[in-house]
Amino acid sequence: MHYVIAGAGPAAVAAAEHLRELDGDAGVTLIGVQSQPPYSRMAIPYYLTGKVGEEGTYLRRTEDHYEKIGIDLMCGEVVSVEPGTHQVVLADGQQVSYDKLLLATGAEPIIPPVPGMDDPRVQQCWHLEDAKRIIELAKPGARAVQVGAGFIGCIILESWVLREVNLTVLEMGPRMVPRMLGDKAGSLLQSWCESKGVKVHTGVRVSAIESSEEELQVVLDNGEICPADVVIVSTGVKPRLDYLGGSGITIDQGIVIDEHMQTSVPDVYAAGDCAQGLDFSTGKTAVHAVQPTATEHGRVAAANMVGANNLPYKGSLNMNVLDTLGLITCSFGAWEGVDGGDYGELYNPENFQYINLQFKDDVLVGANSVGYHQHLGVLRGLIETRMPLGPWKDKLKDNPVLLADAYVGVNQAALQKAQ
Amino acid sequence: MSWTGNILRVDLAAGTCTSEPTNMEWAHDYMGQRGLATKYLVEETDPKVDPLSPDNKMIFATGPLTGTIAPTSGRWSVVCKGPLTGAIACSNSGGFFGAELKNAGWDMVIFEGRSASPVYLDITNDQAELKDASDLWGKSVWDTETALRDRRGDPDVRVASIGLAGENGALYAAIVNDMDRAAGRSGVGAVMGSKQLKAVVVRGTLGVTVNDPMALMKTSNAAKELLAEHAVTGTGLPTHGTQVLMNVINEVGALPTRNGHDVQFDGAHDISAEAMAEVRESDGQANLVSNHACFGCPISCARRSKIDPTHFTVKDKPQYQIVSGGLEYEAAWALGAANGVKDLDALTYANFVCNEQGLDPISLGSTIGAAMDLYGSGAISQEDTGGVALEFGNTEAFVAMVEATARGEGFGKELGQGSRRLCEKYGHPEFSMTVKSQEFPAYDPRGIQGMGLTYATSNRGACHLRSYTVASEVLGIPEKTDPLVTEGKAGLVKAFQDATAAVDSSGTCVFTTFALSGEEIAPMVDAACEGDWSVERFVEVGERIWNMERQYNIAAGFTAADDTLPERLLKDAAKTGPAEGSVNRLDEMLPEYYELRGWDASGVPSAETLGRLGL
Amino acid sequence: MHKALVMKADACTGCHQCEMMCSYGKVGAFNPAKSVMDITIFDGGAVNVPSTCTQCEDAWCMVVCPVQAITCNPATGAKEVSAEACVGCKVCSIACPFGAINYDPDSGVVSKCDLCKGEPMCVEACPTTALAYVAQDSTGYERMRHNALLAAGL
Repeated sequence: MHYVIAGAGPAAVAAAEHLRELDGDAGVTLIGVQSQPPYSRMAIPYYLTGKVGEEGTYLRRTEDHYEKIGIDLMCGEVVSVEPGTHQVVLADGQQVSYDKLLLATGAEPIIPPVPGMDDPRVQQCWHLEDAKRIIELAKPGARAVQVGAGFIGCIILESWVLREVNLTVLEMGPRMVPRMLGDKAGSLLQSWCESKGVKVHTGVRVSAIESSEEELQVVLDNGEICPADVVIVSTGVKPRLDYLGGSGITIDQGIVIDEHMQTSVPDVYAAGDCAQGLDFSTGKTAVHAVQPTATEHGRVAAANMVGANNLPYKGSLNMNVLDTLGLITCSFGAWEGVDGGDYGELYNPENFQYINLQFKDDVLVGANSVGYHQHLGVLRGLIETRMPLGPWKDKLKDNPVLLADAYVGVNQAALQKAQ
Repeated sequence: MSWTGNILRVDLAAGTCTSEPTNMEWAHDYMGQRGLATKYLVEETDPKVDPLSPDNKMIFATGPLTGTIAPTSGRWSVVCKGPLTGAIACSNSGGFFGAELKNAGWDMVIFEGRSASPVYLDITNDQAELKDASDLWGKSVWDTETALRDRRGDPDVRVASIGLAGENGALYAAIVNDMDRAAGRSGVGAVMGSKQLKAVVVRGTLGVTVNDPMALMKTSNAAKELLAEHAVTGTGLPTHGTQVLMNVINEVGALPTRNGHDVQFDGAHDISAEAMAEVRESDGQANLVSNHACFGCPISCARRSKIDPTHFTVKDKPQYQIVSGGLEYEAAWALGAANGVKDLDALTYANFVCNEQGLDPISLGSTIGAAMDLYGSGAISQEDTGGVALEFGNTEAFVAMVEATARGEGFGKELGQGSRRLCEKYGHPEFSMTVKSQEFPAYDPRGIQGMGLTYATSNRGACHLRSYTVASEVLGIPEKTDPLVTEGKAGLVKAFQDATAAVDSSGTCVFTTFALSGEEIAPMVDAACEGDWSVERFVEVGERIWNMERQYNIAAGFTAADDTLPERLLKDAAKTGPAEGSVNRLDEMLPEYYELRGWDASGVPSAETLGRLGL
Repeated sequence: MHKALVMKADACTGCHQCEMMCSYGKVGAFNPAKSVMDITIFDGGAVNVPSTCTQCEDAWCMVVCPVQAITCNPATGAKEVSAEACVGCKVCSIACPFGAINYDPDSGVVSKCDLCKGEPMCVEACPTTALAYVAQDSTGYERMRHNALLAAGL
């Protein structure tokens, strides 16, 4: 048996290792685009701040990790998948045969379709190589304009502030991190950033980036111009799908997979940022380009690849945690609420604190928080186990900050019942 | 180390909070908590100050062992001049507030002046700020604590606050922390109220470091073992709480009953620990739900109780149909035996109200007992009491008085001034069961002679927690003495007073001393703190503190004439029990006590004594 | 067979000795705020529930960590955080459905129970029988684990 994994990110590595655990004899080949060992995008912000060196971003820490456990690392870019012949073709023409294939090719940044994006002073922040170039460009005192205040945009803010650049953030949405935080949370985050000296403009679009030798000019759709020495583009990501033409694999927002992580084509699975899998909260499919989903996808896919589709996946819970200049925010599940639902809210703007808990009946279905970092995981626990909150629901509506108590209390009650 | 080295000074008039270094010379001479805070008060205020004026200061203090691994390290104290007594006041509390304050990096917080409007102090580690409390003024302790926790958005904050009693100037108002632990005695809550300080909310995440952690662990573990093995701290207190004493003291014939008319109470069993554990017929539940520990305490003597929801006191009042701080012995006695009331749930309700609105149940119960005495003698009538038939044993009348006092309404306003003022007003000062204007607690000095000397000489007014000779005279700890003899009691009281002053200054709980002595506690202080803390030094610090407090009281105007007991204890013999026919023979003990203390015949420390102690 | 940290709420008095010793082991000071053993107090102390990481087999935190900062100590079965490797991304803190691994802003890394290399200090400190470190196959542990899974619907 030969398992081939296209990609070398967290989903790919989690799958490869789990395949190795489950099927000791099989061949496992990991095909990555970049030449360095598989690294983590989650760690790039900390590489930018200097908290870790390049090695600190690697997914696995021992040098010969993959070799030692019998995973073949190949460097190459998969340019097509041929299910009929059970093989993938790489950019250099090489063909790799598989018995089972996992597509874990991840996501790629969305480049806004505006003129001027090709100037070398306009920089994405996605690959490790991008990060290295940003470090060169971000000199103290430089005027930096960051286009996009989404998840990645926010998580890298600290590195600019530490580098003492003069930073302006432009966000097209009505608030910061609009896909993760509601209005109150987003505006708290904005005022936090502003209190740290970052200029933030929301609800603005970039219509062009004009360049001269001295500077860049970011032209906004309202006619305003932001002069800049460097522009960082972090306007979101989308699944990498360009290599799947002609493969017959069904594509929607991402690669559509079933509850066994299998694509529409037998023996081909997908996982992670490129996959559109079951969403725990909605029961529909969605792309959840986050680390927990990636690793879970990878492991569940591996189990089904080995076990002939015998491990149905309950779906991934969309969740995120973000540290923006020291203010920690998080989101879980249906944080925007559900039809016929109910919520509890804590809002202490002077302390930069916010909690919003969304309920359906007496079950927690989603949450947002700002300014908290203790026991956040219980939100996942409460949502994913669909534990009835009973009397704790009203207590949480009165005082959402008791969520860890509620978790322990609900569990304790369940334990007593079980005994 | 183990002292944080930082004192927070809060000027309520100016609205400022400033940090200053702890005077380490004083810390080495007075240890911490009771001793060190009193030293600051002595140095910084005039002993003749009106306790409720802005010139009185109020100090929240931790000890060197507070917040450490030493067993019972949750203690903290409030020191000020007491409004009930006009003497030095030091009220000690447990719970979690003290350890949190220490973890925030403060040995003490000194409050001075008076705020122009209600404020609360908000502390997060080294950040401290006075904030507007207009919306909290008028709220109970329970509501204040909840509101501040919500406002801070942090479930881990700790709060110490006053309720209506402290706001209204009830002279035995308490400061309550963690919902039901209290700095209860001498009216420290009234001082807080006079300063328009509603609450202190604190979050501390800095940690407590000690000089020699390994040595502290070793000494603490040894102490914990002794506590676990001892019959009182290992079994009696965890199982029954302090209420283990109710039947014991009643049998000894030292349970002051109906304002000291009797020394045994026919309803003692009904309000005892045993009764708390009995399943009620009405709802099939026991009053006692469980025991609970203060921070760092392996003894776990605190009670959690729930009142029968159909009981008349809480029916239709869901806020009291909860599990909350239950009866301790002193409260059960004061609210019960002192008034002849034996309805356990009614007493529990009264105790809840004391916690909710911040009142000392000892002084409250004893004052209501005095009022019942006045009523029975005809000195007051229903005209005075607002139509309440204030007879001994009348549960409804008792409950009405508790509520009125907590809210400062009607006759309750007079009850809130304490039994000495009440009895004087109505022409019967002899009805007041007080020393230095403070109501004495649950041990009748006719049945336990040493407690007479304890009450008479206690620096904060009558109190059992200044020298708990009951340990020796009843429980046989460290060795049994006869409760009915006076011989040797002067020495016993002095020894207990000095040791207790030291323990109260260390950050640990005096209840450890059933099982531990300076031999075990001093080594823990030694391990935690800089300097050499021998047992001798530990006890000497206690003696120094005692004499300092005495000096303060003398300067405040107290004399040997105040070292006495209510007439009833000295003249009216016990009618029943082992002490039948006995009065307290204070005169046989007091002169010897003065002599042992190195004080002159008028109770003033001699120059030599002061010199020896470095005062 | 690894030993397991067994926590019994009915024996806990809420004294926090465990939190003090735990924090001492973690940060060298008695500082409950830094303890990874948590006592949750209900009804003002009538019910006290100790809780910490139960060292799950395929631990969510370990699997999700993007830089392999969390590894299993083969001697104890504990999932241990390497403070050097942890970048502080907090993904584990949302991935653990028990809320048992948390970010510490003061250190910039996450912390969790590591069983103190097989000599849990909380157990040492506990004055009651609420905390014990015993063989996993003892009935108490199996029942606790079974019930925890049942309660969690897993």
